[in-house]
Amino acid sequence: MDILKELDVIEKDGLAALAAAEDEDALAAWRTAHLGRKSGLMAAFDGMKDLSKEERPQVGRRANEVKQALEGALEKKLVAVRQATLEASLAGEHLDVSLPGRALPLGRLHPVNQTLRRIYAIFAEMGFQVYRSREVESDDYNFTFLNIPAHHPARDMWDTFHTDREGVILRTHTSPGQIHAMREYCPENIRVILPGMVYRYEQVTTRSEMQFNQVEGLAVGPNITFGDLKGTLTDFARRLFNPDVRTRFRASHFPFTEPSAEMDVECFVCMGDGCSVCKGTGWLEILGSGMVHPTVLRYGGYDPEKVSGFAFGMGPERITMLLHRITDIRHFWRNDVRFLEQF
Amino acid sequence: MKVPVSWLKDYVDLDGISIEELAHRLTMAGLESEEITFVGLPLPPGDKHDFKVNGIAWDREKIVVAEVLEVNPHPNADRLTLCRLNDGEREHTVLTGAPNLFPYKGQGPLDPPLKVAYAKEGTTLYDGHAEGWQLMTLKKAVIRGVESYSMVCSEKELGISEEHEGIMLLPEDAPTGMPLADYMGDAVLDIAITPNIARNANILGVAREIAALFGRELQQPSYDFTAEGAPVAGQFGIKIENPELNPRFVGGLIRDIEIRPSPDWVQRRLRLAGQRPINNIVDVTNYVMLDIGQPLHAFDYDELVRRAGGKTPTLITRMAKKGEKLTTLDGETHALEDFTVLVADTKGSHSIAGIMGGADTEVTDKTTNVLLEGANWNFINIRKTLGYLKMNSEASYRFSRGVHPAMASRGVGRGLELMRQWAGGTICKGLVDEYPLPYEDPTTELTPEDVRRWLGIDLKPKDIAAILARLDFKTSIKGKVISATAPDHRVDISDDPVIGKADLLEEIARIYGYDNIPETRLADVLPPQRNNAALEFEERVRDLLARQGLQEIVTYRLTSPEREAKRLPPGVAPDPKPYITLKNPITPDRFAMRKSMLASMLEILERNARLRERLAFFEIGFVYHDSEAGPLPDEKPRLVIAITGRRDLPAWQGGAEENLDYYDLKGIVEGLLGGLHLNAVRYEPSQHPSFHPGKQARLLAGERQIGTIGELHPAVHGQHDLGPAPVLAATFALDALMEAAPPRHEVQEVPAFPPVLEDLAFILDETIPAGQVQALIEQTGGATLAGVRLFDVYRGEQLGAGKKSLAYALTYQAEDRTLTDDEVAKLRKKIVGRLERELGATLRA
Repeated sequence: MDILKELDVIEKDGLAALAAAEDEDALAAWRTAHLGRKSGLMAAFDGMKDLSKEERPQVGRRANEVKQALEGALEKKLVAVRQATLEASLAGEHLDVSLPGRALPLGRLHPVNQTLRRIYAIFAEMGFQVYRSREVESDDYNFTFLNIPAHHPARDMWDTFHTDREGVILRTHTSPGQIHAMREYCPENIRVILPGMVYRYEQVTTRSEMQFNQVEGLAVGPNITFGDLKGTLTDFARRLFNPDVRTRFRASHFPFTEPSAEMDVECFVCMGDGCSVCKGTGWLEILGSGMVHPTVLRYGGYDPEKVSGFAFGMGPERITMLLHRITDIRHFWRNDVRFLEQF
Repeated sequence: MKVPVSWLKDYVDLDGISIEELAHRLTMAGLESEEITFVGLPLPPGDKHDFKVNGIAWDREKIVVAEVLEVNPHPNADRLTLCRLNDGEREHTVLTGAPNLFPYKGQGPLDPPLKVAYAKEGTTLYDGHAEGWQLMTLKKAVIRGVESYSMVCSEKELGISEEHEGIMLLPEDAPTGMPLADYMGDAVLDIAITPNIARNANILGVAREIAALFGRELQQPSYDFTAEGAPVAGQFGIKIENPELNPRFVGGLIRDIEIRPSPDWVQRRLRLAGQRPINNIVDVTNYVMLDIGQPLHAFDYDELVRRAGGKTPTLITRMAKKGEKLTTLDGETHALEDFTVLVADTKGSHSIAGIMGGADTEVTDKTTNVLLEGANWNFINIRKTLGYLKMNSEASYRFSRGVHPAMASRGVGRGLELMRQWAGGTICKGLVDEYPLPYEDPTTELTPEDVRRWLGIDLKPKDIAAILARLDFKTSIKGKVISATAPDHRVDISDDPVIGKADLLEEIARIYGYDNIPETRLADVLPPQRNNAALEFEERVRDLLARQGLQEIVTYRLTSPEREAKRLPPGVAPDPKPYITLKNPITPDRFAMRKSMLASMLEILERNARLRERLAFFEIGFVYHDSEAGPLPDEKPRLVIAITGRRDLPAWQGGAEENLDYYDLKGIVEGLLGGLHLNAVRYEPSQHPSFHPGKQARLLAGERQIGTIGELHPAVHGQHDLGPAPVLAATFALDALMEAAPPRHEVQEVPAFPPVLEDLAFILDETIPAGQVQALIEQTGGATLAGVRLFDVYRGEQLGAGKKSLAYALTYQAEDRTLTDDEVAKLRKKIVGRLERELGATLRA
């Protein structure tokens, strides 16, 4: 039958023409020419109505075969052409990956507040909560209630800013907060840390400031020992510096504690070998501490025959300086962006 | 305090203890050895020490004891001599200019020979002629035609003292040929004495600590004196007017002494301890003070007699009259307060008790009879006196920290005996001892349970007693109770039984060793747990602002009114409420507690103005306001935010070069408030003087003002060294913000049905604030209008003058169904109608 031969030709021509089509436009044109309304194939379908009843299924089957063959070939070709196009375009696209990125402004906390947060977090897990109290203080709270009566030699240990108001000073340490906390919570057990700004009548130099933060700690209860002080502060040092850090406790003197101790930690820069950071001693002085003096417990409302306590105090600026090898304390309140942006 | 190790050996055997170990143990026990100066003894090896290291070691081979056999003139120089010297091995000729050898020049062979410190070629010593402490190495040289390769040393060259007038002469019995380091090598510990261990501000005290720490015997000094003169009674009197302030006054008398320099070893000891030798009598007073801690004063007895008109003199201690004038040894004249105690006689006052003597009665070169005073003074009163006199002396240092009255007679006894030894003379029998207010040494009881409760260690009663006995406490044990009486050289143990107990526990812990106390974890019940709401809120605010790209700053809270006035335009008077000001500022520009955070912020913006093209800062801190409730100020928490410069960070591509403006800061503030879920805040035009009058708003939560936001007033901007870009700033009362913020918030259900989105633009009069339009749309839209967002503001000719177009993107949303077009159309019509009616708006086609 002629029509079957005709379909063979349609298939053969169609596939040959498809092979020649190289891009998506050519494929679209090919589809119109070989599978569109006016294509030979469609004409063949149209012509089937003139065929005899016997011929019709045979031609129909064959026409469908040709259609599927052409459509299948088109689909394959289309995928191949698209793949080739993509590859061609990828081959032409290169970034200089070394060019800098577009920065978004990055916000940061002040370095000292970052250190304070670390300190809060460590103590929070040991059950110490934050308690804050005023900076402009009465000298009773700053001295007298802390076992530093007027004219006591220990008052010389602090260079105090006095205000124009009688008996009003800028607190020289966060220790007045011990009395505030005890008076508020007595007779409960106490575990607090007392952070905040303190003031000293001191020339501002690379090593000393007239304003700086302290974090005081206070634990009061019926069973608190010097051993607990050592354990708690050593745990703290291990968390802040490194899990293996060694600590040592030296006898010292603070009027509001007895016995008193300075805690040194092994220098984390030289691991105790001695370096410029630890001034060759292998140890860094980190905090002062001691068992709360009976007089202080009494002023706080507690009976030193029934409860005991320990207290400690540290300087977050000093700790920040040690951790980041900062050599000038004045950077902190100068707030030069070239300093702040490094944290 | 400077503590020569050789001096310690008078009282405690240090055999087998290295200097390093000594310093370490003392430091751990609270006598911090900050610095050690080696004077001949070998320096500890390595670079790692608990203390600063100074000084030099004397080479044992090259520096030895030698004997000068003969001093001969130098052939070519009058001021030099040539010594014939034996170093134990052979003879040398040594060239020296030491003036203390001149008397021996040309005297022929010396018998006995002079013992000296001899340094051989190649030795490292201090340069005696250089300023300060310069090391030099001894080399061969020819001086005025005579070869020199070694030398006899001065104290300075050996690092003993600054003495370089002559060479150091050693006692006759110094063994020739012995390495000098073995003979007299020393080290000086510089120990920080804290107020609680003031009793240790002397050699004996430090030795006692060492004996206790190392479990060695303390050799007690002798306070006896050989008295061969007439009884002292009747030769002078003592009268104490105020025993509270002068509990004891002891006097002794030595006659026929000869004023001369102290023995060389005494002078060297004093110099090592930092004290300048004067003469044998004055040196005794200083020596005894350094030795056992009792300051002494030597009077010229004959002068006292003269002042008494030839009669028996009486020393009187009395209160000064207010305003009374007195000239002290240093030539200063002081106006005195009425609580100050003076030492006087019948003729008048001559010294400020416990602090400084007077010139009239002091020992001179002509003195032959000495009245030696050892007194005791109330330390608080001494401190009060020092406080206004602004004076300091070694004696007042000790008296102001507390000296036990028992030391007074010991000091005088020891002083008289040393005077007899160093100055000759005869001591009169006995002492005149006025002791109207005897000190009672407290007896404290404690138990092993106290030790366990306070220190966390279990000790037996006998162990506790033994530790205390090592510090000279008198102890007894009855069952479990230890009674300990404080030794009569310390006044720091309280007579309050509870405080006294703590005082003893400190001593037990120190001597037992802090190192030996085990580390334990808190076993006590946790106290009630509480939040610190204010701090937690601050921390949330910090995070919300940092998340939006702002850098936190922390500034000085001390300022000056002038500094703070710069935050206001010229002519605007600051709030008249007084500042909290300092009586003693350290710097003249920071003497007041700040009242404004904005002023602090502007200072920091100025500092960084030229460093970055974009600055965005915030600070959380306090301001200090005078309070009506009392002298203590209100400390108010505040937040200040400021941004300035380019909106986008500079980059190599893209980024508009536009400056940040009011709406950038408002966006940050909205981000903050949104993060705090504080949604109902109104922005109303305001009149804060620091801000541009047309570009500022106050923020209201309900009727309460929580903050202010605006562009810095151009006049204020002009008063600061800032870049040209406007500065946008906001200040918040943090406490008000916290109270306004809801403690918790509820979330909206995520819609299950699609929203209908629509844009509407309205033409309105320029004067109608966008906020009012927004509010009206929201109000009319009700629950179905889930979102309204302004996306365009347009002004143009086709709208006409005084008109603007505001375009809004509206989101319609129902919780339970998809909205129909009809429903949306109805709502739109309602909104448009309301805006037309109430605001005269027209819908823009």
